[in-house]
Amino acid sequence: MSLLDIDERLVDLADWIEFDRSPLTDIKHCGSCDVGLIEGGLSNQENLHVLQEFRQQCKIVVAVGACAINGGIPAMRNNHSLADCLRESYLTAPGTVNPQIPDDPEIPKLLSKVHPIQDAIKVDYFLPGCPPSADTIWYFLTELLAGREPLIQGSALRYD
Amino acid sequence: MTQSSNKITIDGRAVCFQPGQTIMEAATEASVYIPHLCHHPDYPPHGSCKVCTVKVDGRYLASCSEKAVDGMEVQNNCKDLKDLRRSITQLLFVDGNHYCPSCERSGNCQLQAIGYALEMQENHYTQLFPTRKVDASHPDIILDPDRCILCGLCVRASEAEGKNLFKIGGRGQNSYLSVCSDSGLLGDSSISVNDKAAQICPVGAILIRGEGFHIPIGERLYDHQQITSVGNCRPRYNHSTSNLTERKKREGPEHSKPINLTTGKHTNGK
Repeated sequence: MSLLDIDERLVDLADWIEFDRSPLTDIKHCGSCDVGLIEGGLSNQENLHVLQEFRQQCKIVVAVGACAINGGIPAMRNNHSLADCLRESYLTAPGTVNPQIPDDPEIPKLLSKVHPIQDAIKVDYFLPGCPPSADTIWYFLTELLAGREPLIQGSALRYD
Repeated sequence: MTQSSNKITIDGRAVCFQPGQTIMEAATEASVYIPHLCHHPDYPPHGSCKVCTVKVDGRYLASCSEKAVDGMEVQNNCKDLKDLRRSITQLLFVDGNHYCPSCERSGNCQLQAIGYALEMQENHYTQLFPTRKVDASHPDIILDPDRCILCGLCVRASEAEGKNLFKIGGRGQNSYLSVCSDSGLLGDSSISVNDKAAQICPVGAILIRGEGFHIPIGERLYDHQQITSVGNCRPRYNHSTSNLTERKKREGPEHSKPINLTTGKHTNGK
């Protein structure tokens, strides 16, 4: 969503880049790419799989946002056991109807803790913020396109 | 023998000191900012956070606890100190559970501000994800040890107030902040919101209830200014007028407009 916040600059961006796998294209697997932007923490087995695929296919992997960088809000479940989290969410929470813990084999298994993505793969750049602002994303991408090392600093550097 | 002139240099600039003063105190008087977290001018040095590390004649020393000695050549602004201080800050981040987006102190937090000033982009080290329990037993104050950096400021502040409300227990990696009450709970201690110990926390470990989002995120001390220029002067909430009616009066008409419960936005007052 924050990427979309760069608004009409998306049109400029589209002249320079080609989207591969993204929520906009709905392509299921990541092809060979220059840059992979990853948001969100590592919390289930599918995430791990996708991360490894991105690392194999992308020359540069960027952790975008607080959750990718340090686990963020979802990592607050690390204070509790996974069993307690599932019990609270699906069995004992007030207003629960037909309580059962989902066990469909298609649902990826949760990891016991939520991790920053760099716990699983090498990350080349970090784009902090919750979320990073449109201007920060724009600055980051244009610096990268210009072949410079982006460094988020000053009031653009935010952890919240 | 030449007479002592009580001068040190910080990054080449001559700075005078009174005998007995630390490097930090001399620097502060000369308006030279040295990053710090556990240091506070009102209390004895603790030397625990090490963010104030400077290079003195090639050696790394904690400027908050090291006495100034005539002729010292202190380096405060150089790349290797910035890298070192950033690493120390990253270690403080991974040692606890610091999730800025969910923390009420975000924007007023000195740990976060130090991270900003040192251009810390990420935590670098493996996060420890410690399991610690929130103490919400007190009606006015919350203790969230997830965010505690063991700076000992609450310990020193309460000692100075003669209350001895907090202690740091354990050793090394197992150190923890403990509350001095029979149950170990804040609710059974004699702490009150007006105690310096309740207000001094540089991070979001000790929070006063009812203050939440009094200043919105985005308008807080370090949201647009660096700690290197504004220091540690987090605005204090006035507890004598802490009830809602008084608060509305003080904040003026803009903030007392009714809020549209669907959109969350202030209505135009009609």
